[in-house]
Amino acid sequence: MRLAGAEPVSLWHGDRDLSGVDAVVLPGGFSYGDYLRCGAIARFSPVMSELVPAARAGLPVLGICNGFQILCEAHLLPGALTRNAGLKFVTRDVRLRVENAQTAWTRAYRAGQQIVVPLKSGEGAYAAGPATLADLEGSGQVVISYASGNPNGSAASIAGVCNAAGNVVGLMPHPEHAVDGLTGPSADGLGFFASALTGVLA
Amino acid sequence: MSSPDTVARAAGTPDQPQPFAELGLTEAEYATITRTLGRRPTSAELALYSVMWSEHCSYKSSKVHLKQFADKAPPSSALLAGIGHNAGVVDVGQGYAVTFKIESHNHPSYVEPHQGAATGVGGIVRDILAMGARPVAVMDALRFGPATAPDTRRVLPGVVSGISFYGNCLGLPNIGGELDFDPCYAGNPLINALCVGVMRHDELQVAEGRGPGNKVILFGSTTGPDGVGGASVLASAVFGAADGESAKRPSVQVGDPFTEKLLVECCLELYADGLVVGIQDLGAAGVACATTELAAAGTGGMCVRLDAVPLRDTSLGPPEILMSESQERMMAVVEPDRVDEFLGVCAKWDVRAAVIGEVTDSGRLVMTWHGETVVDIPPSSAADGPVYRRPAGRGAAQDALAADDPDALPRPADGAGMRAALLALIGSAGLADKSWVTDQYDRYVRGDTVLAMPEDGGLVRLDEATGLGIALATDGNGRYCRLDPYLGTQLALSEAYRNVAVTGARPLAVTNCLNFGSPEDPAVMWQFAEAVRGLADGCAALGVPVTGGNVSFYNQTGTTPIHPTPVIGVLGVHDDVRRRLAIGFGPDPDGIVLLGRTRAEFGGSAWAHVLHGHLGGRPPEPDLDAERRLAGLLIAAAEAGVLSAAHDLSDGGLAVALAESCLRGETGCVVTVPGDPFTSLFSESAGRAIVAVRPGAETAFDQLRAAHDVPGVRLGTVGGDSLVFAGLFTIGLAELAAVHTRTLPALFD
Repeated sequence: MRLAGAEPVSLWHGDRDLSGVDAVVLPGGFSYGDYLRCGAIARFSPVMSELVPAARAGLPVLGICNGFQILCEAHLLPGALTRNAGLKFVTRDVRLRVENAQTAWTRAYRAGQQIVVPLKSGEGAYAAGPATLADLEGSGQVVISYASGNPNGSAASIAGVCNAAGNVVGLMPHPEHAVDGLTGPSADGLGFFASALTGVLA
Repeated sequence: MSSPDTVARAAGTPDQPQPFAELGLTEAEYATITRTLGRRPTSAELALYSVMWSEHCSYKSSKVHLKQFADKAPPSSALLAGIGHNAGVVDVGQGYAVTFKIESHNHPSYVEPHQGAATGVGGIVRDILAMGARPVAVMDALRFGPATAPDTRRVLPGVVSGISFYGNCLGLPNIGGELDFDPCYAGNPLINALCVGVMRHDELQVAEGRGPGNKVILFGSTTGPDGVGGASVLASAVFGAADGESAKRPSVQVGDPFTEKLLVECCLELYADGLVVGIQDLGAAGVACATTELAAAGTGGMCVRLDAVPLRDTSLGPPEILMSESQERMMAVVEPDRVDEFLGVCAKWDVRAAVIGEVTDSGRLVMTWHGETVVDIPPSSAADGPVYRRPAGRGAAQDALAADDPDALPRPADGAGMRAALLALIGSAGLADKSWVTDQYDRYVRGDTVLAMPEDGGLVRLDEATGLGIALATDGNGRYCRLDPYLGTQLALSEAYRNVAVTGARPLAVTNCLNFGSPEDPAVMWQFAEAVRGLADGCAALGVPVTGGNVSFYNQTGTTPIHPTPVIGVLGVHDDVRRRLAIGFGPDPDGIVLLGRTRAEFGGSAWAHVLHGHLGGRPPEPDLDAERRLAGLLIAAAEAGVLSAAHDLSDGGLAVALAESCLRGETGCVVTVPGDPFTSLFSESAGRAIVAVRPGAETAFDQLRAAHDVPGVRLGTVGGDSLVFAGLFTIGLAELAAVHTRTLPALFD
């Protein structure tokens, strides 16, 4: 967020307080060790009692990896993340295609644009029922998909989805690791953060 | 529960038999304990001495040799804390200090690969944390039996998943390490884990229990019967049938990386708030080791209420509590009026904490169990331990091994034969693409990883504004060390040093994990003594001090020891990571230059091993002065920006190095090798690297090369989609990549 030009503020999981921020990124990590289903405990964090209504009211929220899992567990996003098809943790620089460039987090991209961003997860296979998948594809809620192979067995090669309003986005790959060619494979991921900033300033 | 074996009872029952031999103590050691205490030890004291005086904790067989690391240490202004601490601390400039260490977890990882390897990561991370540093990266040096052996398919995937499970959850990037296979590790794999941490100079913490009245706090996980192999022997022998079957548990510990993550953040906040007088991590020997060492290094006395230790199994008694190796625990010494604040920080991070005792000036370590005294000893008597100068002698097999010259092996006669040899090498398990392993590790987390495997060294940025960073590499070569442990260890040191330098970083300090067979075997002890002497001499010659390390003995199957395998880690500082050098060739038609001198050296080589299953002759001759000059050139060239790639030459020689640079950069090259083609391609002479020189920078680079007195020969040019050895053979990149990448997935998927 800082590289995109915003001021980052840390929010504590135990506080029922969003500190008046304009957008929230739920980062990756292993909340509660992922010993239980990923994100299943973290969704009950006190801060979520503020975040869920704010997200429903339009606050831009981006969940990355474990953050995506938490958003699914909190029912802010449809579907679920399950064990990778190979049953192993996968770290790989993956080519992604931006399917929907109109969400709060992707408007800096063009629809169809391809970007390279690291993926690193053990439970990254997106899963949803056939009806939900059809809905998502029909309504443009598939935001990002894997463009070169399917690294984890995700349904319809889905790497990221959004809610119907487009303000809440969940991504399995990690755009924060693609903000600088020195520490990542590209700077392609910066657009997610820049997108939210543009929206907030507009 | 039975009544405990108290000090009073021990004094009154001098002739009660005790299971000292089952706990690994010799008769002489037991007699020393009895003499020191003036009575037989209680069962708790016996437990404490047995773990403190184990080879693992006391270094009783290695100490007399390890002294050389300090005695021969080169003068270094970079060293802030040396050997003897949990880990050495090195000044890397701009107010930053770095601490790093490598440690073995070989035996647990063979018994239970996943948890054994996982807790190996956890243990080394706590060592670094105890120095006051934030852990920022890990590496793993792994050695297994033959890749095709059925048991390797049990051990390797488990070890990798364990490291992945623990390190990824902890949020530490895994930036490098090693993977090798040899039949000598079939019944005894080597799982060596390295961690590096960063702090500001004034954040250094000490492992000292100072200040009478200060409180001793145990925090982190609860204590259970994990790893209490020896104590169950003790329980059944001392308490008999009355004790039931309480202590029978697996002797491998179980890791909880989420608790470790909380512990890391909790400790860093405790340090920042100035709430800690002294701190010690709990690893092998648990509470016994932490209390003894804190007391011995501090004011000298401590009283501990063992019944105040939070338990996860309430059937545990004093001996088991002392010996438990439950993971994710730390012990701190805290001023009494800061205890509430301390407990408040622990509560914030959901870390359990209990005041279990206090520092005294009695000179005694006294422990009670529900009001009765069960331990009363001078702490230094347990912390210092016995010292042995074990017999050492050059093994009878060494001469025959040296005489078995690889020059007698049939060599490929033509280009087609050399092509086949190169493909065999890059497709062999030890040299094949390691993505199957490394893709299970998170190399990105924390956002500061500049280089990670398959690069020669890992490189982490410390300061975004200035570009300051640290480079790390680990290397070991059991085959070279089997042929000559003195030279082999210097070769491992040279390679790690070179791997740091090829990134453009300046090597500063050394850590080591010395994996050997039984110290009671004179031939093994000779290998060990030679390796330590080689490392101490090598570090002196290269100007890099040893800052710490770990000895792992008893790596053997029956009476057959592993190859002597010292694994050497070198830490370097990079003044500006934006100028780092990586191994992959770039898109431009850069000139490829081979640096260093090539001799016909095939003893212990990958070619002899992979193509002929042969081990004999002499290893390559290390040239430490040449290594120093080569490193100086690489650092200067990186700073001058004249190179686009640099890659160290090691296993498999020039042919393998060129193949790796082509594969990494996804571009080919055309080269002409000088002299005898076979020697040029596959010899493993030390002190060499290939570099790609940017067009137009040739003269500048030649001047630098001359100034650093490094011989160099231009081999050819980057470009195309094949690896071309003019006049010899060509391999298309697609074929090269296919052979390189298919091996490990075919074996382990």
